[in-house]
Amino acid sequence: MSTRTRTRTEAAARRAARPAKTNRIGLEKTAYRGRPSTLCKGCGHDSISQRIVNAAWEMGLDQTQVVKLSGIGCSSKTPAYYLGWSHGFNSLHGRMPSVATGAIIANASLEVIGVSGDGDTASIGIGQFKHAVRRNLPLIYIVENNGVYGLTKGQFSATADEGQFLKYQGVNDLPPLDICMEALTANATFVARSFAGDPKQLEALLKAAFNHRGIAVLDIVSPCVTFNNHDTSTKSYGFGRANEIKLHDLNFVPEFEEIEIEDYEDELEVELHDGGSIILKKIDPDHDPTDRTAAYNVIQQSLDEQKLITGLLYINEGEPTLTELLNLTDTPLTHLPDEKLRPSREALEGVMATLA
Amino acid sequence: MSVAVREAPIVKPDAPAAVNDFAINVATANGSGSQTSNGVLLRALFKMGIPINGKNLFPSNIQGLPTWYIIRLSKDGFLARREMTDIQICMNGRTVAEDMERAAPGGIVIYDDSLPVANRRKDVTYYGMPVKDLVKEAKLPHALRDYVANMVYVGVLAELLGIEPEEIEAALLHHFEGKEKAAGLNMEMVERAIGWASAHVGQHHGYRVERITGFNEGKILVDGNTAAALGALAGGLSLASWYPITPSSSMAESVEKYASTLRTDPDTGKATVAVIQAEDELAAIGMVVGAGWTGARAMTCTSGPGISLMSEFAGLAYFAEVPAVIWDIQRMGPSTGLPTRTSQGDILAAYYLGHGDTRHVVLFPANPAECFDFGRIAFDLAEELQTLVFVLSDLDLGMNAHISEPFAYSDAPFKRGKVLSAEDLEERQGSWGRYMDVDGDGIAYRTLPGTRHNMAAYFTRGTGHNEYGYYSERPEDWEQNLERLKRKFETARQLVPRPVLDEVEGAQVGIISLGSNHNGVEEARARLEATGLATNYLRLRALPIDESVRDFIERNRIVFVIEANSDGQLHNILTTEEPAQALKLVSMAKCDGLPLSARYIVGEVEKAVEEALI
Repeated sequence: MSTRTRTRTEAAARRAARPAKTNRIGLEKTAYRGRPSTLCKGCGHDSISQRIVNAAWEMGLDQTQVVKLSGIGCSSKTPAYYLGWSHGFNSLHGRMPSVATGAIIANASLEVIGVSGDGDTASIGIGQFKHAVRRNLPLIYIVENNGVYGLTKGQFSATADEGQFLKYQGVNDLPPLDICMEALTANATFVARSFAGDPKQLEALLKAAFNHRGIAVLDIVSPCVTFNNHDTSTKSYGFGRANEIKLHDLNFVPEFEEIEIEDYEDELEVELHDGGSIILKKIDPDHDPTDRTAAYNVIQQSLDEQKLITGLLYINEGEPTLTELLNLTDTPLTHLPDEKLRPSREALEGVMATLA
Repeated sequence: MSVAVREAPIVKPDAPAAVNDFAINVATANGSGSQTSNGVLLRALFKMGIPINGKNLFPSNIQGLPTWYIIRLSKDGFLARREMTDIQICMNGRTVAEDMERAAPGGIVIYDDSLPVANRRKDVTYYGMPVKDLVKEAKLPHALRDYVANMVYVGVLAELLGIEPEEIEAALLHHFEGKEKAAGLNMEMVERAIGWASAHVGQHHGYRVERITGFNEGKILVDGNTAAALGALAGGLSLASWYPITPSSSMAESVEKYASTLRTDPDTGKATVAVIQAEDELAAIGMVVGAGWTGARAMTCTSGPGISLMSEFAGLAYFAEVPAVIWDIQRMGPSTGLPTRTSQGDILAAYYLGHGDTRHVVLFPANPAECFDFGRIAFDLAEELQTLVFVLSDLDLGMNAHISEPFAYSDAPFKRGKVLSAEDLEERQGSWGRYMDVDGDGIAYRTLPGTRHNMAAYFTRGTGHNEYGYYSERPEDWEQNLERLKRKFETARQLVPRPVLDEVEGAQVGIISLGSNHNGVEEARARLEATGLATNYLRLRALPIDESVRDFIERNRIVFVIEANSDGQLHNILTTEEPAQALKLVSMAKCDGLPLSARYIVGEVEKAVEEALI
């Protein structure tokens, strides 16, 4: 990866990225929609779905080359609600990462989005989550984090705050697991935290995630309007709006857009694998997202101070992905003809000779 | 050096010797290198043309616990385990007393002479081998001494029985994959033992081996797990994901071992297959389902506890209709059970795995060549039927070496099933539904992720869905979908490998069995026929059963269902699926952790004769 400071005006970047009626592959935004949502009105998850639609449309993604996977839960229903031309798989509770691993190995040319929730990832699926991260699976791993089980009507999840009160469960007396901390500990190569109520930042992070070569973990606080949207919860709209601290203003510039350079102090540009770049305008001048220790410190600070610190916490474009380590053919395995998927007669006979 | 005492030989020098027809039981401690010695013995005998089989009875342990290896030689070509021991080798002090009791009257006991011998029987011949002295004389590097000590009994047996030293040397070179130094160190020990035996023991007159022809020519010696791995690699495998568990690990390790030789793309030098050691069995099957859904041939191999963990995914693969293959190398359950002993105890679990109404295609290979073929056929069926396919092998078939026909290369096109391409979709504008039964066989059309057409996508889910894959809780949608899945299962009956029948004119007693029981069944049938009781035999190769099973039962007055479990699981399935003939089916279920012997089967049939069942 490369990072360098570069000067530019935000206005120019916005102009360059300004959406037209149709995107660069000639599609209107409606073409990126899915089926109508069946989630509660005001659910943070629907905002995230909308951000995915926007980001995909603005980037001009070919939906037929995108796959949407999920586990089980409210969050995991959402892949039905966006990118209607993409294959989707609503799999098993906590097991989305393994299904994604198989899909990615089978066809490494696909762009794969995995959507999960805090119960799906931090409770039943913590093992698969950490192993997918450890393998640097080329996957966008979105956690729609509301600290509560919705579909089963309001139980605490493993990301619920200590001391938090829920109507049916009473007080939670266990400390929360922090998704970003867990990801970082498992050697994630892209860790970001955002807020469902922050469309601009979230879209920039999503676009950056699409351009990252390994696993991109996005922990998105997404309030549950039915069971957990009260001010004592760090996963509520009220808390998020009152306590969000952004590490930086984010902008993403895809490779196909012209970058106009003008004077601007204190910016960091991170070039991403697929040619795009993410521009971070620093608010906290001390945070360098390429510094793992700094990322740990920011997460710890947010836990200590009970603040929602959002932005790109960590990025490392240098690590090989799982599919790179496997040294698979450039042609996806699913596209290989029969004769490439079996040994030659001579090769098998050679093995036979050693068994005779 | 101590000299072996040769005591009271039972077999007189002029008595006829048992040539190529006896059983050797080698008792050693686990982790002492006896696997090399035993494998070398087996291979040398195989190359002398003698029909043999080797059964490794090993503990769930890395080092120290007792292990037995039973080599049976059969001039008649019977390849099942034999219960009687003619020659007992004792290398393990912890079990020497009971091991010595095992030898049949008239048999011989060959023992490490540093082991205590409590009771000497009058009806067997004892040979004490000066193992420690021979090892000391060999002046081997200290670290290797323990490992080559077991070569002493190889040499003594060679001299005693007449095993050709050249074949032992060749087998050592084979074992060490051509590494002459390692083979040479071991051969030196063998030769010293031969020299000692020649001077102090001489050739035994009761048991002899002789080179023969007519049986092993053109055959290979291989375990079922290696065969299955090669079959999968030859059958289009793209992803093997697995979690270590005895007795299936060697199948995954064989895939890994042969992948680079067999599945490197010659044009690019890159891999056309991936092997992933998963974090657990849930992830292993999850990866298989993900890859199968995307359009690749994927497989996991496991054993009983693994399929328990895979249960939820099994139901998903069945209901969401995703191709997947699970090889279950069965071991003894329930629970951790006897992890290093063989069993066929997962038949019911595999057939019905999953909650709600699920049934799966299950294949039963009986020998390594069939393991190889099923490596490909399992993928063909999984993709044609868009479902999970189980292959049930077992520890005996999977981990023990068997004489096998060489594997047949196939370049027939893989059967990839009903997959719509972008061009197909263009032709069918508006008429495609993922779960729509267009052809009346219950199998719907699918598209693969990445198909470049904006009508290709559908949403896969384990929840209730209509013909278009949309979420639905409508009772009619649910019922129609399950009815179609039943129709698909009826189609499966006609697609799975048919049973193998061997019927005798006039015989009225039938045997239905499966998998690795085959060798025991064949031997038992020969012995029963010699006593005047001819039997018909149906070897089941798959579930669901087809009409040929019903017809077979109809043609017999009584049918024994022989299997290696306690509950009579196949018997249970057959009586459920053929209720009108249930009373004809007699369960013969044996579950002691050992491969089935002919003696057990013959005994049970004779008991039934006595009880006037027949």
